[in-house]
Amino acid sequence: MSNDAATAEAAGTAEAPPPVAEPIPHGLGASLPPADARAKTEGTFPYAADLWAEGLLWAAVLRSPHPHARIVSIDTTHAREMPGVRAVVTHEDVPGAALHGRGRADRPVFASDVVRHHGEPLAAVAADHPDTARMAAAAVIVEYEVLDPVIDPEQAFEAEPLHPDGNLIRHIPLHHGDPDAAGEIVVEGLYRIGRQDPAPIGAEAGLAVPRPDGGVELYLASTDPHGDRDAAAECYGLTPEQVKIVVTGVPGATADREDQGFQLPLGLLALRTGCPVKLTATREESFLGHAHRHPTLLRYRHHADAEGRVVKVEAQILLDAGAYADTSSDALAAAVAFACGPYVVPNAFIEGWAVRTNNPPSGHVRGEGAMQVCAAYEAQMDKIAKKLGLDPAEVRLRNVLATGDVLPTGQTVTCPAPVAELLQAVRDFPLPALPKDTPEDEWLLPGGPEGAGEPGAVRRGVGYGIGMVHMLGAEGADEVSTATVKVQDGVATVLCAAVETGQGFTTLARQIVQDTLGVDEVQVAPVDTDQPPAGPGCRGRHTWVSGGAVERAAKMVRTQLLQPLAHQFGMSTELLQIADGKITSYDGVLSTTVAEALDGKELWATAQCRPHPTEPLDGTGQGDAFVGMAFCAIRAVVDVDIEIGSVRVVELAVAQDVGRVLNPAQLTARIEAGVTQGVGIALTENLRTPRGLIRHPDLTGYALPTALDTPDIRIVKLVEERDVVAPFGAKAVSAVPVVASPAAVASAVRAATGRPVNRLPIRPQAAVVTAG
Amino acid sequence: MTTHAPQAAQAVTLPTTLDEAVAALAAMPAAVPVAGGTDLMAAVNSGQLRPAALVGLGRISEIRGWQYQDGHALLGAGLTHARMGRPDFAALIPALAAAARAAGPPQIRNAGTLGGNIASAAPTGDALPVLAALEATLIIAGPDGARREMPVSHLLAGMEMLRAGELIGYVRMPLLHAPQVFLKATGRTGPGRATASVALVLDPARRGVRCAVGAIAPMPLRPLEAEQWVASLIDWDNGRAIVPEALHGFGEYVAAACIPDPAPAEDGSVAQLPPAVLHLRRTVAALARRALGRALT
Repeated sequence: MSNDAATAEAAGTAEAPPPVAEPIPHGLGASLPPADARAKTEGTFPYAADLWAEGLLWAAVLRSPHPHARIVSIDTTHAREMPGVRAVVTHEDVPGAALHGRGRADRPVFASDVVRHHGEPLAAVAADHPDTARMAAAAVIVEYEVLDPVIDPEQAFEAEPLHPDGNLIRHIPLHHGDPDAAGEIVVEGLYRIGRQDPAPIGAEAGLAVPRPDGGVELYLASTDPHGDRDAAAECYGLTPEQVKIVVTGVPGATADREDQGFQLPLGLLALRTGCPVKLTATREESFLGHAHRHPTLLRYRHHADAEGRVVKVEAQILLDAGAYADTSSDALAAAVAFACGPYVVPNAFIEGWAVRTNNPPSGHVRGEGAMQVCAAYEAQMDKIAKKLGLDPAEVRLRNVLATGDVLPTGQTVTCPAPVAELLQAVRDFPLPALPKDTPEDEWLLPGGPEGAGEPGAVRRGVGYGIGMVHMLGAEGADEVSTATVKVQDGVATVLCAAVETGQGFTTLARQIVQDTLGVDEVQVAPVDTDQPPAGPGCRGRHTWVSGGAVERAAKMVRTQLLQPLAHQFGMSTELLQIADGKITSYDGVLSTTVAEALDGKELWATAQCRPHPTEPLDGTGQGDAFVGMAFCAIRAVVDVDIEIGSVRVVELAVAQDVGRVLNPAQLTARIEAGVTQGVGIALTENLRTPRGLIRHPDLTGYALPTALDTPDIRIVKLVEERDVVAPFGAKAVSAVPVVASPAAVASAVRAATGRPVNRLPIRPQAAVVTAG
Repeated sequence: MTTHAPQAAQAVTLPTTLDEAVAALAAMPAAVPVAGGTDLMAAVNSGQLRPAALVGLGRISEIRGWQYQDGHALLGAGLTHARMGRPDFAALIPALAAAARAAGPPQIRNAGTLGGNIASAAPTGDALPVLAALEATLIIAGPDGARREMPVSHLLAGMEMLRAGELIGYVRMPLLHAPQVFLKATGRTGPGRATASVALVLDPARRGVRCAVGAIAPMPLRPLEAEQWVASLIDWDNGRAIVPEALHGFGEYVAAACIPDPAPAEDGSVAQLPPAVLHLRRTVAALARRALGRALT
């Protein structure tokens, strides 16, 4: 709105005719801007790190400096005696359940006998100043007996169990089709994917406030408030009602937030001291605390016929889950199920393992499982094309999946799967121009501005990646969400515990209510655990289940609103329609406004949305495990300096299967964000952990893509084939570009250099072409 | 009630001349001098450093510009990277300007200074190979108006140290009026730390080539023999012509000098360098070859 004012002012000074006021966008399909966009850009939006309470204490967490050690003793005497220190807690002070964990409860709040990864929490301190708290945490004396860490996932099978639950977290042997099937050509490959960190722009922070009833309120940037509340209550030995999580602004979440390694101690300290306790993690603590993307080792063998059609895929997939299970089981299911990619593969034998090591724990980071296998199966498709002398896009087109085809899990793809259309769209999009050999274009060379790029050593390559992800939780997870819609005085309010992580849920909720009720002013209430659960914000859940719940609730309110009118005019409510705040009947006899019909009444409705059930993968990896799937094809164009091995991604052309465009501006932003995260995996993002120790836990050592690293992102096609089982027919859009873009970049580097490029991120030495 | 003194009690002095700054340091030996703060404040924010007092160097106008002194440029240590990257400065010392422009994102270049780059002496400091190639001299300000000189390489190699209470005041370097090149390889397109960098300057008056390789060792390395060898192959009177093979040879020579093969074992066998080191060597060779090629055309 202020923009309009500014334009109007500018136009006025130029003495142009006054511009026609553009209508404020509303409803589904419009580019409604987020309500909090202004506060976020101006820096006034309150995140957890900005919260304050009178008399608050500061917390610090002592984390293990070793990846694997036996704890001989923990002595907190010195720390307790330091002036200003109010409480020191260790495993002895945890009143409730000893273990917690997102996927599986196998993780202690504080390590008691063994530390299993670098950065595992051992103790926490509350003090009256953050520096005092940090110093006191450092003054806790822990005597360790350092043990050899298991850092190679391949050795986890043979190693001594690192945990009473054993080292094998999950094993899926998928069998599909005829094991003796063979093709005319065979291509093989061994692929390694590095450890991506979600690196949220805002590090972890939280405030815990004790309640007079013996409970505690946690102010956190949680993406799964009810799940986190239940875990906290169990650890504190309280009932879930005694713990309340209030969700503050979420500063970036492409993975699960918050890190339970600090959020559980925070509440514990508040309960212990009776004072509010706050913690804001440093960037280093953030890297040490939260879960990362699974580093993965993949071994593939593809059999294909002479035309390039895949006959059989054999693969072994090994996920390094790190020290604790977290959601590794889900990641493995996705990796195994999508190991062949969006291609028709009649015979597939995929074996997947998620194993425990002493590396930092891996967990949900969007596109988990699917991203790693995509890099491998797309590399295999390139190899088939090379072996048969075919165009890489053509080989893919000969194999693509369509609606009605069967996945290796035995599940029939019932949702729209316009894979061929997506691939053709990116293939046929015009290629970007070559940079001109002029000083002005020098910054377009690999290595960037002031880099060492030399036009004579630069080779261009074009490559493809097609990704697929599943939406919502899989394998029988109950993906329910509940929402309430209230209308009073012409203002609608949405209450739903779906967390706005930046994915645009609050904007979507406003659009849905605007569409259904014809009310322009829609507010979305802040989220806390007093509301009914809406589940975690991941895998595009909230667009589907929470959006669906909001729509149902809004429709119920609509019926309540229209019922009296319909009754009065003797027609059913279906014959009345609401548009632009007016209620009209099909024949135009009735015309009134929403405000009049409301007549000071307050209307409420609550509804749930629960997608159709899924089943777990069985002993041979078979089962209808997924509710829905989304697809994306990306064509990458890269320039490689073949002497130095520097890679510049010139352009990524994206075609995506979105079901239905609900908010074009947000959709574009989500795709661009996903693609950029994928470019990070492809080129720079790798949290290195030699000997199990995280090296360079800072944003200088861990290189996120900057504006210069990010290529031109061209969204060439959005295929809108509605998914009939999804509310509005829309599909989740954020994760699948992350899955496809690293594979596309690797494929393009392969085309430019002729090198195999088996490892992500691509190291410079893998992209050089040496003579001879 | 808190155990910590409030922030405001921290002593911050903002002197306006170099001698005042030295005096402030002498008066408060615990004080830490700060110019751009791009390294210092990162250490403060991560809790590694809690300076009792700060002496801010940002208001000392005498060290924020440069002057000429018998064929040399006398650069103030407070020159920011952003200032050095501008065209007027690039006309004087092109390699230093190129290094300054490559030295990180604009926010860092606006704050970070030449003196800070030297004092931090990070292996990846982008200005350092240029200073080494130019054989720059530091003018160090000490108590009571004392000034002493020190070759920059002595400080970087640890042969001489800054004494307590001393500040780097100026950096003196020759004005060569000839092409200079700074090239940097990073792992990315955006601003990043160098994996290897090469500064190369021509000295036509003395018919010399001077080259320094940065980021691969704790200090910039000078391949002196390679410099002399290639200088003898340049036809200085004939448009500085050189045969392409010599460019190639120079690259290999520099790379082998900076990243030598391991010494042969007792049985005469030579261990192979690890792939990452071999790649670094190839990168240095490519950078040195390209740098000389660009300087001579």
